[in-house]
Amino acid sequence: MAECGRVDSNTSSHTMDKSITLPPDEIFRNMENAKRFAIDIGGSLTKLAYYSTVQHKVAKVRSFDHSTKEAAGDKLYEISVQEEVTARLHFIKFENAYIETCLDFIKDHLVNTETKVIKATGGGAHKFKELIERKLGLKVDKEDEMTCLIKGCNFVLKNIPHEAFVYAKHADSEFRFQTTNPDIFPYLLVNIGSGVSIVKVESEDKFERIGGSSIGGGTFWGLGALLTKTKRFDELLQLASKGQHSSVDMLVKDIYGGSYACLGLTGDLIASSFGKSATADKEFSNEDMAKSLLHMISNDIGQLACLYAKLHNLSRVYFGGFFIRGHPVTMHTITYSINFFTKGEVQALFLRHEGYLGAIGAFLKGAEEDNPNQYSWGENYAGSSGLMSVSPDMNPMQRARSGTFDMLEMDRLDRQLVNLPLLQDPSSYIPDTVDLTEDAQAREYWLSCFEEALDGVVKRAVASQPDIPEAAERAEKFRQKYLHKLQTLRHQPFAYGSLTVRSLLDTREHCLNEFNFPDPYSKIKERENDIALKYYEKAVKSLEELSWEDRQFALVRGVLAGNVFDWGAKAVSEVLESNPEFGFEEAKRRLEDRPWLVDSFDQWLERLKGPPHRCALFFVDNSGVDIILGVMPFVRELLSRGTEVVLASNSGPALNDVTNSELQILTERIAAMDPVIDSALREDRLTLVQDGSSSPCLDLSRLDKVLAMLVRERQTDLVIIEGMGRAIHTNYYAMLSCESLKMAVIKNSWLADRLGGKLFSVVFKYEVPAGKPH
Amino acid sequence: MDKAKSLVDKKGASGPFHVNNVQSPRGLNGLVVVAANGSCSTSNAFGLSTGPSSSTFEMHHLQRGEEKDCNGSPAKRSRLRRRTESVKRNRPPFPWFGMDIGGTLVKLVYFEPVDITAEEEQEEVENLKSIRRYLTSNVAYGKTGVRDVHLELRNLTMCGRTGNLHFIRFPTQAMPRFIQMGRDKNFSSLHTTLCATGGGAYKFENDFRAMADLELLKLDELDCLIRGLLFIDRVGFNGHPECYYFQNPSDPHSCVKKPCNLGNHFPMLLVNIGSGVSILAVYSENNYKRVTGTSLGGGTFLGLCCLLTGCETFEEALEMASKGDSTNVDKLVKDIYGGDYERFGLQGSAVASSFGHMMCKEKRDSISKEDLARATLITITNNIGSIARMCAVNEKIERVVFVGNFLRINTVSTKLLAYAMDFWSKGQLRALFLEHEGYFGAVGALMELLKTSEDL
Repeated sequence: MAECGRVDSNTSSHTMDKSITLPPDEIFRNMENAKRFAIDIGGSLTKLAYYSTVQHKVAKVRSFDHSTKEAAGDKLYEISVQEEVTARLHFIKFENAYIETCLDFIKDHLVNTETKVIKATGGGAHKFKELIERKLGLKVDKEDEMTCLIKGCNFVLKNIPHEAFVYAKHADSEFRFQTTNPDIFPYLLVNIGSGVSIVKVESEDKFERIGGSSIGGGTFWGLGALLTKTKRFDELLQLASKGQHSSVDMLVKDIYGGSYACLGLTGDLIASSFGKSATADKEFSNEDMAKSLLHMISNDIGQLACLYAKLHNLSRVYFGGFFIRGHPVTMHTITYSINFFTKGEVQALFLRHEGYLGAIGAFLKGAEEDNPNQYSWGENYAGSSGLMSVSPDMNPMQRARSGTFDMLEMDRLDRQLVNLPLLQDPSSYIPDTVDLTEDAQAREYWLSCFEEALDGVVKRAVASQPDIPEAAERAEKFRQKYLHKLQTLRHQPFAYGSLTVRSLLDTREHCLNEFNFPDPYSKIKERENDIALKYYEKAVKSLEELSWEDRQFALVRGVLAGNVFDWGAKAVSEVLESNPEFGFEEAKRRLEDRPWLVDSFDQWLERLKGPPHRCALFFVDNSGVDIILGVMPFVRELLSRGTEVVLASNSGPALNDVTNSELQILTERIAAMDPVIDSALREDRLTLVQDGSSSPCLDLSRLDKVLAMLVRERQTDLVIIEGMGRAIHTNYYAMLSCESLKMAVIKNSWLADRLGGKLFSVVFKYEVPAGKPH
Repeated sequence: MDKAKSLVDKKGASGPFHVNNVQSPRGLNGLVVVAANGSCSTSNAFGLSTGPSSSTFEMHHLQRGEEKDCNGSPAKRSRLRRRTESVKRNRPPFPWFGMDIGGTLVKLVYFEPVDITAEEEQEEVENLKSIRRYLTSNVAYGKTGVRDVHLELRNLTMCGRTGNLHFIRFPTQAMPRFIQMGRDKNFSSLHTTLCATGGGAYKFENDFRAMADLELLKLDELDCLIRGLLFIDRVGFNGHPECYYFQNPSDPHSCVKKPCNLGNHFPMLLVNIGSGVSILAVYSENNYKRVTGTSLGGGTFLGLCCLLTGCETFEEALEMASKGDSTNVDKLVKDIYGGDYERFGLQGSAVASSFGHMMCKEKRDSISKEDLARATLITITNNIGSIARMCAVNEKIERVVFVGNFLRINTVSTKLLAYAMDFWSKGQLRALFLEHEGYFGAVGALMELLKTSEDL
């Protein structure tokens, strides 16, 4: 039935623990600017949500005015670090025992708020109502629990990639994360609190409790406590994980002597839960009884969930509630039950942030006037603890005594993110090429690789802020934080969803931002852009002297050679670091000769002999030589053929990737030298857009909405993706509904080895979707 | 044990059910047998006896030595002739048994012919006669065997013979002793086919063969269940309908048991609650499917009750449950919301969490065994009702028939199931019950015996 009231917490939760001191750097961050609070108080855990603004430094580039150009010396553009205010959602989970300490802390640190009300949900809300109102001076406004739960569920499903996962205890990776399906409705939510509620969710605002059961987490806890004299829920689960249910349950083989073959019932199937305790005159161990009870309840819930899923024709069934919350034991038994009853037709899905749904929902209820649902949000890896940070199985003692705070932070993104309309099948699109949660060998390599590269990143970060004395200290904090994340991921690769090279890169960017290193490569980028610009006219001229066919090859080689200039690649950054003279021609010499590792250049050339494309969408990569001497001449050729070009670059900085604002300036400068580019810009045949991302990789399911609109408007029929991060670590297997070109140089010997090539091997992958011949 | 007896006695006194000193139409015959077989008097019922007579089945007057005298004797000849005649008449030789060996209980039905001619009487071998006498003159067999006299079907015609159908049950745990008895009494010499269904037909097949030289005819339990059920419904319960339902199930004050005819109104959802639960969608006598099942059944109720209260028998557990209050154990919707949960149309009195109060130590310490037994019963019953209702909706079936020994002397559950079907379906579903609750599998097995012979 209704999850409701969750549980009567055990007595220890009632005694307020005031002895703990809270580490304010770590939890309740940005409390000074907090506004809008919501709280979800369950049987043993409190989840606090607040909205706050974060002031952090951002790197801005700005063209010099013509008038002041002299004063600027030889600088290409002005780089400034500015304070920017962004919105962030904070969620903190802690044991009810700490609620008073936490409220005191909040009160002391809350300065700038005009908030009068705190939204509350959860069974414990009424119990602490008076305390909250007295401590915070806020009025407690209670919200319906199920409404909050559903709102929260919709929010995480929409905004957090890899939110949902399938649990497979005996598989290589226990967690198989689901790709974000843009269409999350309809689904079934089975919330297992003290009872069970089964809710059908049809849209943002439409949901219905279609059923439930009184046999739920409270039954496991209550009956378990009676049978085993074990008081705590977690301890009961631990007992269960050690027990043998077959000594308590009557199995099919106990009745039949074997299987009941004609009905397909195997001998090990439970015929009667606790059936043996009715007849056998003996003592049963606590472990065995707890296990039997766990199976009984999990099977029962699984069976009901299947019956309801079948009746309402739903295939997506999410499980939540305190019975499930981060417990591998219950996720396993529920999964087993669902597989048994549906014969694999329905998968049991779980949520990474299941514990926060109520708090998120309550918050959203209170923030309706801000329209939080019109924005896109992103999980901040730097500020979030990750899955199972307080799992009893990972850390039983810690959980038992607690003091553990689990956190989730979500950044409000400036831009609304949507699918690239040119994805062949958005629901099956997976950006990442290798899932490191499943590939232990690759995981080990990349974790070590990122660990080894950390010194260099720290050095670069310090160097990017030469005038700020405390930069070194901050950089050290960054190092510690990222190192800690890497260590966590080594033990719990699933902590933030599927572990990928992309997530490792993104986590690093989030951590750098966290410690106010918004753009460590800004100066390097500027210098390289400046140098490259000087060679632009010469490069274009030499290309124009070539025959058409030679030129096409030279253009491709140019893009590839340009792509060698990548500070994100270990092998290259070492070369660039030691040899500042390393140039474009040098890079071309390093390139693999044809035939390349992946080589469809001949098909591409054939295609170019045909009619021009209507519009090409080009996802660019690095600054400097890459964009200016590699990409721009290639774009110029496309424009000359009569193809419109949309250049998509990052919204925010990542490594030495060119950002949209930098590219604006660079393009203007090139236009000043090159009438082809100039007229294309003026005639809107060349358009610069931001992709909505600040990642060295590319997720085509989360792109800027404006970009998506433009792509549709221009009837884009060619997508070009350049660089290792965007075309190999991600999107290597991406299927598009139009022609696509993926170009990259492999600048990592381990990866080259894996793909059967060598360092500086070339991937040139031209693809035409089936059924669209040219 | 005493409690169990008193309960049954009470039950016997309270309604049309009679356990002891039954006056049945078999009349004289029964009395004669009692007189002739004093050692198995009713005082032995419910295991009051000790020592050598404590096994489930005791037939003191049968001597193993008898077998030797039979070889090539007139007795054997007459047996052969009898068998031949039976086959001629498309009728198997006596005794006629049907057996259903479940996870907890063995159900045995025995057809006692009352139209025995003098000639037959004379020819009847001693073995057979003693079996008949033993079974029909007792209501209890050893410690744990019981004949449900109140269920006896009198003057029933089967295969052209008139007789009484007896219903006997004993714990599956006593099966080895039962088989041993079959060996000791040389049951195999009777050349009858032992039709058995239930899981035990498979589990004990080898034991029957090895220990007693008996070959079982193994039958599918669901086939037998349906066949037996439809047969008993057809012949009725000694002139009364076999089937009943509850009128006004939602009102405890005016809720009354009403007889009705099941008839051949297919489809029906058949919910068989034994140790575990099987749910079948039945479209005709020979067309059915097993929709699903659940391991939360009668075995779970009794098993949990034994662990929670220290009770030992089903009767004891039910007795306790009848006195308890489950709301001390279960958390209700109103315990959480202070009333109804209107957002979802849940009544305040609905159970939100079974055993939910038991999460709290103070409440665990103050709870009575009776309350725990009641809560266990309510939990299991509600759950079965809930699954059955979902299956009925999924299969688009409106009549839900509940059978199985879990429902024996269990009006709390039958009324609750009737209520649950009615309430949650807003009157769309009707719960039906049958008087012979757990015996249909055994009846079906017996019918198979008779059918087998017809096929010869």
